[in-house]
Amino acid sequence: MRFFDELPPMEFLRSEKMSFMQLIIPVESAQRAISYLGELGLVQFKDLNDDKSPFQRTFVNQVKRCGEMSRKLRFLKDQINKSNLTILARPALEPDTNLEELEVLLGEHEAELLEMHTNSEKLQQTYNELLEFKLVLLKAGVFLVSDQNHAAPSERELDEHVYTPEEDGGTLSLLEQEIQPDFSNKAGLRFISGIICKSKALIFERMLFRATRGNMFFHQAQAGELVMDPVSGEMVENTVFVVFFSGDQAKIKIHKICDSFGANCYPVPEDMTKQRQIIREVLSRLTELETTLNAGIHHRNKALSSIGCQLWRWTMMVKKEKAVYDTLNKLNFDVTKKCLVGEGWCPAFAKPQIKDALERATIDSNSQLGIIFHVMNATESPPTYFRTNRFTQAFQEIVDAYGVARYQEANPSVYSVVTFPFLFAVMFGDWGHGICLLFAALVLILYERKLGSQKLGSFMELAFGGRYVILLMALFSIYCGLIYNEFFSIPYHIFGQSAYRCRDPSCSDAHTTGLIKFREPYKFGVDPSWRGNRSELPFLNSLKMKMSILLGIAQMNLGIMLSYFDAKYHGNSLDIRYQFVPQIIFLNSLFGYLALLIVVKWCTGSQADLYHVMIYMFLSPTESLGDNQLFWGQKTLQILLLLMAIIAVPWMLFPKPFILRKLNMEVMSSQDRERGNKQRKEKGKEKVGGNEQRNDKGKEKVGRFQGRTYGILHTSETDLDVELDSTREHHNEFNFSEVFVHQMIHSIEFILGAVSNTASYLRLWALSLAHSELSTVLYEKILLLSFGYNNIIIRLVGVAIFAFATAFILLMMETLSAFLHALRLHWVEFMGKFYHGDGYKFTPFSFAALADDEE
Amino acid sequence: MYGFEALTFNIHGGYLEAIVRGYRSGLLTAADYNNLCQCETLEDIKMHLTATEYGPFLQNEASPLHTTTIVEKCTLKLVDEYKHMMCQATEPLSTFLEYITYGHMIDNVVLIVTGTLHERDVQGLLEKCHPLGMFESIATLAVAQNMRELYRLVLVDTPLAPYFSGYITSEDLDDMNIEIMRNTLYKAYLEDFYQFCKKLGGATSEIMCDLLAFEADRRAVNITINSIGTELTRDDRRKLYSNFGLLYPYGHEELAVCEDFDQVRAVLEKYPPYQSIFSKLSYGESQMLDKAFYEEEVKRLCLAFEQQFHYAVFFAYIRLREQEVRNLMWISECVAQNQKSRVHDSVVFIF
Repeated sequence: MRFFDELPPMEFLRSEKMSFMQLIIPVESAQRAISYLGELGLVQFKDLNDDKSPFQRTFVNQVKRCGEMSRKLRFLKDQINKSNLTILARPALEPDTNLEELEVLLGEHEAELLEMHTNSEKLQQTYNELLEFKLVLLKAGVFLVSDQNHAAPSERELDEHVYTPEEDGGTLSLLEQEIQPDFSNKAGLRFISGIICKSKALIFERMLFRATRGNMFFHQAQAGELVMDPVSGEMVENTVFVVFFSGDQAKIKIHKICDSFGANCYPVPEDMTKQRQIIREVLSRLTELETTLNAGIHHRNKALSSIGCQLWRWTMMVKKEKAVYDTLNKLNFDVTKKCLVGEGWCPAFAKPQIKDALERATIDSNSQLGIIFHVMNATESPPTYFRTNRFTQAFQEIVDAYGVARYQEANPSVYSVVTFPFLFAVMFGDWGHGICLLFAALVLILYERKLGSQKLGSFMELAFGGRYVILLMALFSIYCGLIYNEFFSIPYHIFGQSAYRCRDPSCSDAHTTGLIKFREPYKFGVDPSWRGNRSELPFLNSLKMKMSILLGIAQMNLGIMLSYFDAKYHGNSLDIRYQFVPQIIFLNSLFGYLALLIVVKWCTGSQADLYHVMIYMFLSPTESLGDNQLFWGQKTLQILLLLMAIIAVPWMLFPKPFILRKLNMEVMSSQDRERGNKQRKEKGKEKVGGNEQRNDKGKEKVGRFQGRTYGILHTSETDLDVELDSTREHHNEFNFSEVFVHQMIHSIEFILGAVSNTASYLRLWALSLAHSELSTVLYEKILLLSFGYNNIIIRLVGVAIFAFATAFILLMMETLSAFLHALRLHWVEFMGKFYHGDGYKFTPFSFAALADDEE
Repeated sequence: MYGFEALTFNIHGGYLEAIVRGYRSGLLTAADYNNLCQCETLEDIKMHLTATEYGPFLQNEASPLHTTTIVEKCTLKLVDEYKHMMCQATEPLSTFLEYITYGHMIDNVVLIVTGTLHERDVQGLLEKCHPLGMFESIATLAVAQNMRELYRLVLVDTPLAPYFSGYITSEDLDDMNIEIMRNTLYKAYLEDFYQFCKKLGGATSEIMCDLLAFEADRRAVNITINSIGTELTRDDRRKLYSNFGLLYPYGHEELAVCEDFDQVRAVLEKYPPYQSIFSKLSYGESQMLDKAFYEEEVKRLCLAFEQQFHYAVFFAYIRLREQEVRNLMWISECVAQNQKSRVHDSVVFIF
């Protein structure tokens, strides 16, 4: 144990030391101080106004203003998107505007755009009307002409289809014009012409029919041109119609119906020359309007693009500002002292940086008063903060997905960096596949900068996030693949010649009697001659199974060792004596012994049956081992180990809860005594500070807000101990039965877990077997089969299928399954031994996180 | 097949039931209402609502807010949700969902007809219509001069046609007739809905018939109270009551002859479920009756969510959301008109 004590401190193993700090900020420098802290991004503020609703807080008006500004920004962004402009956000050319200026600027821009909108809307409306008028004139003109051409009303419908727009210019004769006025007077018919949205035309016609009781005639034709709907901005297909009817009553009704359907009616003169004249006028006005509209759009686009290049910067600025005010709202406002009181967590190493930022804020805001920063006692446990880089982050996230570490708990991700890819590779061992994976990982890493800046699909996002995990997994797969000697399931003679050869040159009995060994063993990994051999599977299975158990026991022992370091770090000798020691004895006396037997068997080449040894160690420990004896004194050792294991069980189970109870009783009685003494003293003296020792939360809170009763701590070394003490003091409601049941569950879980977890590591063997068998099947049944045919097409097809199957089944599905199994081995078998994972993450107030949100 | 819905309900209705239960959990809670009631300005209300499910609908509203904008946007959320459910629904759930909107359709028809009678602008009236009760030819309602025309021109295409066909008089439209028309239509609608729910069977019919019976009774009481002192005859009044519900038929006979509020009260106190409502009201206090009924309705609607595998949750959800919009409207109005002391008068807490 001395050895462990002298190890250098492992700072990566623990989360950062956190301090609970209090800031007292004068009002004039508050905004600046918080924004500097936001840039630093190392302070997590506590919400001191939890009981207040958002609009009762101090800086609600500023938050509202920021909300209003971001609404304007969204409006501008919307406009830019609508106008289909592609704008590159240029780096800030203009000097930084402050928020007030920005607010004014945004208001101006919005007003300007809105005005342009109303202007162009009016223009657009007139344009639409003219366009519709033109369409009505062209189409309805045709109906009218056709009506007049054939006086018999029954033929109208037929002719409507015969007529085409080209004809109408040419076929109009003077004769027709003369007939026309005559016609309308004679029949007493009137008509209304107009245009309506195509989808409504059918109901419209039906409605007209009902309203006039069938006394009308309805003509319709496709408008042919799309007209923009002013409300939705979409192009709509329209239908031109002409309704013939008689009577005033009907006219009113039809007009009403037209109104209610949103159909626009336009008068079409019955006089042909007039008609043509109007068409000409309309056309000329249309072209005029079009140029005006285009100029307007051009103008607007120019304005928008000038806004667009600033938009992103403004959005960020407003976001930051809003975040600052949201944070300020978390602070307590002390009206009498004209200052804000904030509380929160910061990592201990960041104190100088924070102090520096606060000083800068004081100077920059010309404040008379400095910002007071001091460290306090905290009643709750601190947040967990690990400093990660882009390499370790993915591993940390794997661990965090299980549970965020308790404050200053051993961090399994340090070990996971190697053990995770390694266990993966044990299952995925094939150096051909490993190289493919390596290429994928290298591509992701080489294009890191490019990929990191853009939005990826969910699957790519996943792969990109874990690119370094994939890299390590690939490297370890190549290593394990070399040991298994598999390259897409094909063995190679990389490290020299095989140690085996046939008994005779013809090699006829290779598959019946086997090969003979004639030289030194193969240098590295599995001898390629095992491949395709009758005993290939039994050999590889035995190898991989034993290897899995060895790896498993090593990893579980590491887990238990970490629980020792944890207990030692937190000064918890109880856990070391009554939990760690029996656990390590129990595991190693049973399964550690198995591991020892495996190693001995490998080294000596013994034929002993390990199942038999292990089973009879329990069933009849005193019986002689016979042929299965591996080393001298094995029987005595077995009995000894069995006894140790049996002793370890109650050792784990009983002492700890009873000792805890005893300790608790002592503490309680001493507290009672103290309190009694104090009360006696207080009777004679004044009643000061009586509240301090009692952990009365409510009173403490009140006291803290008044800013009087806490003591300032100066050294960072002492504050941690005090913190720990103060956190522990709060749990002093001791419930013996609960503790005992908890201990019982924990012990039983460990004892059963020792068996089941060891068995669980056999998944390493199972998956590795599955992987190699699957790749063998693909290779033999697809690639070799297709190459059996002397046909280039079949061979190509075979290669294609092989490539796809390898890529999708082996490289993607198998990677995922091996990943999941490695994950499970880490979460359950390894981390279950020591990891609590009931902490909460440090979420500092940081502008960098805001920018990430935006993307 | 009552009791066996669990076997087959989820084939078609499971997804939507999950959706509607998810929507339900987005309803404002008592804590939200407490915060809303403390608001000083409409901006505060907006700020609070943007933190709730209404956020996406309200956040882009420009600053001088009006009560109507808030209500409109909140209704828009309900409509969006309704449309989403409608798109996903299969028979008979889609018919059931359509039935829920008929009430709004009747209200819209009445709104437009009365509006045109008083020569209001049709576009303005259309904006006031509840979006759930819109149908294609609704604007044409303005053309109709009398009831026969109304039916023949417009309503014949709508689902309301069968309700209307039983009641066509060639009388001219006036306020009284329109009100009678509304209640007749509503009566026919409720009876039809009641029959439809009966036909669906199972838990749906059990719960829905209960809810509809309550609705019918409430309408009967309201009709009675509103018609006191008008020229409506007893027989006519009797005809407007729906032919089901707890009060049918004996309660209706008694209600038909009531002459003042206390007589109504005496009639209803014979029915235990309504006794509890009236026990909270002092004598002669008819204004608070609406709120009491709303509270009772909300309680019953919330209970619908306690059971699974039935359609009443959809009805209940839409009704609860409507109640919520009513609450928001009341709160906003109170805040806008500086009448904060009255804010609790008409707000019905849902959870």
